[in-house]
Amino acid sequence: MYGNAYVENNGQQHNSLTANEDPIQLAAFEARIAAGDKIEPHDWMPTEYRKQLVRMIEQHAHSEIIGALPEGTWITRAPGFRRKLALMAKVQDEVGHGQLLYSAAETLGKSREDMTNDLISGKSKYSNVFNYPALTWADSAVIAWLIDAGAIVNQLANSKGSYGPYCRALDRICAEESFHLKYGHDNVVFLATGTATQRAMVQDALNRWWEPIMHFFGPSDKMSVHTETLMRWKVKMATNDDMRQTFLDMYVPKIWDLGLTLPDTELKKNPETNKWEFTEPNWEVFKQVINGNGPCNKERLAVRRMAEEKGRWVRRALLSEKAEYVAPLA
Amino acid sequence: MNIKSLDPRVTRANIDENAQDGVLNPLDHFQTYEVFEQKKRGTHHIHVGSVHAPSPELAMIFAKEQYTRRGQCVNLWVVKTQDVFVTEYTDADIFETTASKKYREPDAYKVIDRINAYKERTKTKSTI
Repeated sequence: MYGNAYVENNGQQHNSLTANEDPIQLAAFEARIAAGDKIEPHDWMPTEYRKQLVRMIEQHAHSEIIGALPEGTWITRAPGFRRKLALMAKVQDEVGHGQLLYSAAETLGKSREDMTNDLISGKSKYSNVFNYPALTWADSAVIAWLIDAGAIVNQLANSKGSYGPYCRALDRICAEESFHLKYGHDNVVFLATGTATQRAMVQDALNRWWEPIMHFFGPSDKMSVHTETLMRWKVKMATNDDMRQTFLDMYVPKIWDLGLTLPDTELKKNPETNKWEFTEPNWEVFKQVINGNGPCNKERLAVRRMAEEKGRWVRRALLSEKAEYVAPLA
Repeated sequence: MNIKSLDPRVTRANIDENAQDGVLNPLDHFQTYEVFEQKKRGTHHIHVGSVHAPSPELAMIFAKEQYTRRGQCVNLWVVKTQDVFVTEYTDADIFETTASKKYREPDAYKVIDRINAYKERTKTKSTI
């Protein structure tokens, strides 16, 4: 599960992304992408292409790993054995997705140990939504349905990107996410069509999760030379606003269909522009949370750090002296 | 201070929220193995990705968990990434087939005209 990458934009208007690149190599690279060909690990690529992809795939991988934590909160208390099994399977899938994505990022030259260190130290980011708590079972239902839905919008777009290993990982991931979406929808429908208490519970979860969901795709992109270059390179496949619109189009009607409401009185589709209108979410809160001040940032990283620390003696015992690291092939 | 979590398992782990340990060194997550899966008897094994593991046996277990959790699989191979020899994409011209190697293609062989000519020739002879 993952929202859009928070792509760095230093605001420079000159095309600093390509300033130091060999023009002949660059032209061949861009022609390959324009023709719909994929870029593979050992191909020539601009320094910035590599940098942005590592950053993006790594954030995506971290999001899968950290995203398993808020949902995992309810494994011990899932209502019924079938739901417990399903939730465990979903969480296992998410961790598996993390592994696939770390491998894809490694092909670009950053080791898994370095990525994990950067996660634990707070240097690398992950999707902001996972810094919020899953207060009730209904939260885990809303996460499984709507956060995964948002992730699918993003991942389907990115699977048409230009970097071969990332596209292949995403094809596998999207196939598994469809179970998550169905499972989450089933849980939300069960609560929404249940007793008054169950309905109130899911409505409450939806009210609390709406702002993080609106934050999920990130703030509007500044349309700059930088953004245009990343879109031409098929690193970024759609603007944050376009993905948010796609998501609203697909899921708001389904939410309203259940007689549930959303905590934004301005939310409506403008029949003339065919676009959703909404109250701009508070981006100051978004910035605060992503910079470490959300309700669960500390806990998420502490749990991840503890897992490394407690597993260390086992890994040390297994490590062969002859082991030699080579980045995965593809 | 230890973390009090909504997740009872996290609370029970008594995690110090300010601990600074856990820094990883190179190879802490082992070396990589490439994974090949055969979906059905009679088909080829196909490369599906990689895993990190300390030994081929564990690589096999991780590959099974990672790549065969859904759908059909009848056989798996794992091989150390460092043992795989690969070509470079920049050398892709070595795979090009030139027109001068037409003799390796089935449609380079057209015998029917010759057979017909032969038949025509022998028919004429026999009537003499």
